[in-house]
Amino acid sequence: MTGTFVGMPAFPEAARAALADTQLRHNLAHATATIRGKRAAVVGEVEDWESLRLAGAAVKDRALRDLDQQLVTLEEQLTARGATVHWARDAAEANAIVADVARAHAVEEVVKVKSMVTQEIGLNEALEAEGIAAWETDLAELIVQLGEDLPSHILVPAIHRNRAEIRDIFRRRMATAGRPAPADLTDEPAVLAAAAREHLREKFLRAKMAVSGANFAVADTGTLVVVESEGNGRMCLTLPEVLVSVVGIEKVVPTWAELDPLLRLLPRSSTGERMNPYTSTWSGVTPGDGPQEVHVVLLDNGRSRALADDVGRQALRCIRCSACLNVCPVYERTGGHAYGSVYPGPIGAILNPLLKGTGVDEQTDALPYASSLCGACFEACPVRIDIPEVLVELRSQVVDSHREDRVPKPETAAMRGAGWMFGDAARWARLGRVSGLVGRVLGRVGGRAGPGGRRTLSRLPGPAAAWTDARDLPAPPRESFRAWWRRTDGRLDEEDQGR
Amino acid sequence: MSARDEILRRVREAVAGLDPDPDPVVAPVGATTADPVAHFAERVADYRAVVVRVVAQGLAQAVAEAIPAGERVVVPPGLAEEVRAGVPEAIVDDGLTAADLDAVDAVVTACRVGIAETGTLVLDHTEDQGRRALTLVPDRHVCVVRADQVVADVPDAVALLDPDRPLTWISGPSATSDIELDRVEGVHGPRQLHVIVVDTEG
Repeated sequence: MTGTFVGMPAFPEAARAALADTQLRHNLAHATATIRGKRAAVVGEVEDWESLRLAGAAVKDRALRDLDQQLVTLEEQLTARGATVHWARDAAEANAIVADVARAHAVEEVVKVKSMVTQEIGLNEALEAEGIAAWETDLAELIVQLGEDLPSHILVPAIHRNRAEIRDIFRRRMATAGRPAPADLTDEPAVLAAAAREHLREKFLRAKMAVSGANFAVADTGTLVVVESEGNGRMCLTLPEVLVSVVGIEKVVPTWAELDPLLRLLPRSSTGERMNPYTSTWSGVTPGDGPQEVHVVLLDNGRSRALADDVGRQALRCIRCSACLNVCPVYERTGGHAYGSVYPGPIGAILNPLLKGTGVDEQTDALPYASSLCGACFEACPVRIDIPEVLVELRSQVVDSHREDRVPKPETAAMRGAGWMFGDAARWARLGRVSGLVGRVLGRVGGRAGPGGRRTLSRLPGPAAAWTDARDLPAPPRESFRAWWRRTDGRLDEEDQGR
Repeated sequence: MSARDEILRRVREAVAGLDPDPDPVVAPVGATTADPVAHFAERVADYRAVVVRVVAQGLAQAVAEAIPAGERVVVPPGLAEEVRAGVPEAIVDDGLTAADLDAVDAVVTACRVGIAETGTLVLDHTEDQGRRALTLVPDRHVCVVRADQVVADVPDAVALLDPDRPLTWISGPSATSDIELDRVEGVHGPRQLHVIVVDTEG
């Protein structure tokens, strides 16, 4: 039912379209400013936030440093508590495992609690292809699903929609998916939330199988943790007979006690609350309470690749709080769709290339450049992921992966040309003379005065025009430095004074 | 090679050369306060939950007052007699279906821990709290917290709790902020959370 990110244009093109959408920019600016304010207030309450960040980062690093052992322990503990553990190398394997469980119980529909990882693997579309309907039960995910839209934020997937748009989606689409929206539906958030409650409750009460992700997976106790607000998570985790949780292998927390700093960091960083309304933890099967058949799918899908990257490894600490999105000046103006992935914003700009690899497709390769490197994301990150550092590293990997391209990118061609020019002194001197000639002509006829009175050109011809779309190019000086030195011996003359 | 073996091999290669850190991370201590119970009451109320403080003798009456006349109430089988006394007509859960629970209006339970700093109730679903569905499907949850169950902050709670039990941490009523980030109470979980804090002294 939902769209997919497949075939999205690369960031620069997608961003240009987003920038032209004033409604989107208005919705985003309002939402990110609101959440920044709430977050700042509750983070300010914590006496030693910085030490807590360090502890959170250390816990995740400790899990990652011997992740193979941690995963084996997690599997043992889950199995001992009655869960069935599956392993999936990639999206196709994970989707097939979930579909197999559904088929084994002959279910035609499953309820889902919002999960980044099942979006990442395109589970809903894969189940639909098998004739199984997957119903999203988080309010924002429901809005996205009914609107046949794509999520644009990690925490608030429908952040780009305002209340009037949401009312229209509910009115038009709810009836096709189950209980229709009430006839007197207004655009009050409370009324819209009540309509979602009625619409979904019938699904919760009849669902035989649920699918979830997990925020954390505690290795030494085999405990999965889901953090949420609406209670739809509790419904999915408690009412159906069968539960399948798809868990990225980076979600491991070594011990029960080490959950503590993460539970203190996550809600304040993500929703700006001291604690989210509901946190559920469970270890395998509890007789007489909740699902009596529990499956856990441990998913790689590029995580081991990211883990092997010495600089990028830290991105696997991410606890999906979305604080980096809300402080990012680029995200605030383009929104999430431009990133072409379920992981948008600064974390998406590093996570996607780390999971998929650089040099694979143009869309992913553009992401490390979707940043001004201002550093606000690092400051906001509760587990201290140095996103700017990883962005710079990935940019160099993108460049390296294109060195052997048969048709070089324009930038590469320009840089090769520059290398040829700088490589030989006589060549460079000749070019200086040509450039001076060009400068004399352009200085007279073209452009306008820049800072210091120097002429600037606001538009280059041909393919170079893209460069001057957002920049002025200073006209070349009328005389090269070498020529000037020969003429004056380094003393300012009258002609220089007049410039 | 099985998916399991291949993933473990890839992970092993990725972390080769890194030294494992055998010691659990010690996080900074949590917040402290001179009067955790008052702090707890204040923080829970901040989520627009109803909070009342009573002495032990007033408990049954406070429970009765928490439930509007005519509401159908369910209680877990192990709920203490002094709490049960407030809802004499209550249905005792003996494995009711989700549809049965959907037909009742309210549930009254105890809890395991209260966390002052975050205004959180933690249920470990033992006999006086009932199955997880019990405090989920009905629209009103009345939860009784003894003052001596209140701890200062999250690390104190984590240290007390048994991870082998399913746990539900509840901070205010069900809520969403998905529409223009306006907080709305009441989506799928209970829309009304009523917390009765029983002061142990006097």
